[in-house]
Amino acid sequence: MSVPSSTVSDQFPVGLRVLVVDDDPTCLRILEKMLRNCHYQVTKCNRAEVALSLLREKKNGFDIVISDVHMPDMDGFKLLEHIGLEMDLPVIMMSADDSKDVVMKGVTHGAYDYLIKPVRIEALKNIWQHVVRKKKHERKDNNYDQSGSVEEGDRQQKPPEDADYSSSANEGNWRNSKKRKEEEEEAEERDDTSTLKKPRVVWSVELHQQFVQAVHQLGIDKAVPKKILELMNVPGLTRENVASHLQKYRLYLRRLSGVSQHQSSLNNSFMGCPDATFGTISPLNGLDLQAIAAAGQIPAQSLATLQAAALGRSAATKSAISMPLVDQRNLFSFENSKLRFPEGQQQLNNSNKQIDLLHGIPTTMEPKQLANLHHPSQSFVGMNTQVNSMAQHNNSLLMRMSQSQPRAQMLNGANNGHQVSRLPLSMQQPLSPEGIPGTVPAQSGIVDNARGSVYNPVSQASSMVDFSLNQSKELQSYNFSLGSNNSGMSTLTNRGMLQEEMNSDIKGSRGFPSNYDMFNELHQQKSQNWGLQNVGSTFDASHHPSIQGTQGVSSQLLLQQGISSAHHSGQNRNAPIGKPMYSNADESGHVNPMGGPQLNSLGGNMLAVKAERFSDLDYHSTIYHEQLGQEDLMSAFLKQQGNVGPVETEFGFDGYTLDNLPV
Amino acid sequence: MELHRQLANLRQSFFDQGYLDEQFIQLEELQDDANPNFVEEVVTLFYKDSARLIHSIDQALEKQPLDFAKLDSYMHQFKGSSSSIGAKKVNTECTQFREYCRAGNVEGCKRTFQQLKREYAVLRKKLEAYFQFARQIGPIEMASRPN
Repeated sequence: MSVPSSTVSDQFPVGLRVLVVDDDPTCLRILEKMLRNCHYQVTKCNRAEVALSLLREKKNGFDIVISDVHMPDMDGFKLLEHIGLEMDLPVIMMSADDSKDVVMKGVTHGAYDYLIKPVRIEALKNIWQHVVRKKKHERKDNNYDQSGSVEEGDRQQKPPEDADYSSSANEGNWRNSKKRKEEEEEAEERDDTSTLKKPRVVWSVELHQQFVQAVHQLGIDKAVPKKILELMNVPGLTRENVASHLQKYRLYLRRLSGVSQHQSSLNNSFMGCPDATFGTISPLNGLDLQAIAAAGQIPAQSLATLQAAALGRSAATKSAISMPLVDQRNLFSFENSKLRFPEGQQQLNNSNKQIDLLHGIPTTMEPKQLANLHHPSQSFVGMNTQVNSMAQHNNSLLMRMSQSQPRAQMLNGANNGHQVSRLPLSMQQPLSPEGIPGTVPAQSGIVDNARGSVYNPVSQASSMVDFSLNQSKELQSYNFSLGSNNSGMSTLTNRGMLQEEMNSDIKGSRGFPSNYDMFNELHQQKSQNWGLQNVGSTFDASHHPSIQGTQGVSSQLLLQQGISSAHHSGQNRNAPIGKPMYSNADESGHVNPMGGPQLNSLGGNMLAVKAERFSDLDYHSTIYHEQLGQEDLMSAFLKQQGNVGPVETEFGFDGYTLDNLPV
Repeated sequence: MELHRQLANLRQSFFDQGYLDEQFIQLEELQDDANPNFVEEVVTLFYKDSARLIHSIDQALEKQPLDFAKLDSYMHQFKGSSSSIGAKKVNTECTQFREYCRAGNVEGCKRTFQQLKREYAVLRKKLEAYFQFARQIGPIEMASRPN
């Protein structure tokens, strides 16, 4: 979004559209008032599900989300992941819990900030900075050829931050965000050297249907981007857009057809939310070829090592091939990719399983190298033609990932062993038979998020990262080793750290193989991987009208299933809490009426009213009564006295009662 | 004006005696012409909503054996609420209760919770009286920083 600087600075952040989610009505009311006092446009809701449906109903209807960590129906971090993946909005977490672990979790899940309750208004005054930062970051990814000048212009337009930073009540957060901002600027400068930045393409349902039609018309094996583009006849759509989308689509189809259960769950997750990341990934599509080349530069040695390790496990395929994340600063030249696929391939070819798992690995393999891959099944030949286009997309992915890397590294350092290496993970998906590097992997993150083990990276590449994270932690280790061989990227350090961290994190696993164990566990927890299979199957079945492509379907499925699995997996302890607390609200027809047409027709205000209505039904009535007379306040208290029991009698007043004051 | 001064003194006593903390002032600062009874509204909201939690905790404390994790979770929620209105003494009891939960101390939990309920009730009465008084003597600037 290129907005003239004068317009931006004049009004912003007035009218910032905030969605605040908190199951505690007292806090919610206070937050709402505080945010209104900051001149933001506030929508409040007390259920995470409602929040998600609100966000889905009104795409681009909100600028930022503030959410509590502990909520009865959905863990705040899960909500954070969903939002990050589906809507790519900045999310601020808050909690009364200020323990370092939880705050760290927020950071690693990709929260843009973490506020400690009770929240002060000063802390809320600054939240607009996260929106600006995020948009700036996105703009950077979306850069056109004049990226350099555009970015500089943006930097100048940034509103003055210094004054506002100091007033934040959460100084720790301020430092983190400042640090993040500086890193972003560094990443931006690195990106200046890149070219081929293309505008983001959003694959809406209609667009995707056109695409699918074109593909079917041509025949899946013969569908090449150029022809698809011609058939679709969509102005402004480029061959590269189609190509990247096609690769994802093929991966999806491949996964649908006769893949083993393990893999299918994985793969489905990939495809489950293909569009989830589309939004974020698409800007990457146009990124440099350089990234691809860099990815390809992984020496065979490291590749072989990784693959050997990977092959050790039956399930995990992480072919080390995907090290695309390698040095982002490298001059990537597509021709320079030195992937020694033959060696790796032979290992990869050992089992179909592995190959299947390779789906979604964003590999920037050279066409010839791809040709070397011997995959038992498939229309590999067809793939070759797409490799080049995919390479471009890979580049974009890689760039994206590389951009996020610094942050990931930072996180790695800070992390206590959690998911740190997000970036490389996503890129390091197993090679798809076609060797198509995919943005698809990132999408799987959504699904796996449902398992609750996905962490959103701080950077924008969260979608990618999550994906990789979910797939297996082993990938992390691979990726690092891969990176270390080649480009001396930060991945080197990450690798060491990650492995250690991961080892400590993974249940009973040690070292490299442990990653695979994790991977197996992922599969074993299939029951919790709700919706993975369903997601895949829904892809064809229907396109949810309100959501782009499969994203909506899968994400909705995920959400629904996630919720059920959340209950399932032992988050029940929150559930009962929610029930008694909200019995009133629930009975008064809460959340659900707020969704759907009401939202659409009435917009945010109505939603806010309704949210308030259902959640505040009881207290509002009390409040109104109070305005009428004092008695209601007393009666409200008296009612509570009944609940509290005989406590009252034990206590004596100390003289500051009304009775002692002359009237 | 004598009455207003008395009201101010009453208010100040809450801070001096540790019943309320800085967060209460945040609420006062949110009060404006559009929401002239905001503080009272929020406090009422808190008491109404938290009554459910109090009840849940009471019930949970009757069970045997105690589910400390659940109790801790309840209390975490309760504390989030009580801290948002600046109920300082109540918060202290919340923290103590959570510590006992983590230590698995049944007696400690029960004892602390009784104490918590007392503080909770006392504060309610004090605030109730305060709001009533304020309403009686008419609107005037109430949000003033404690000395």
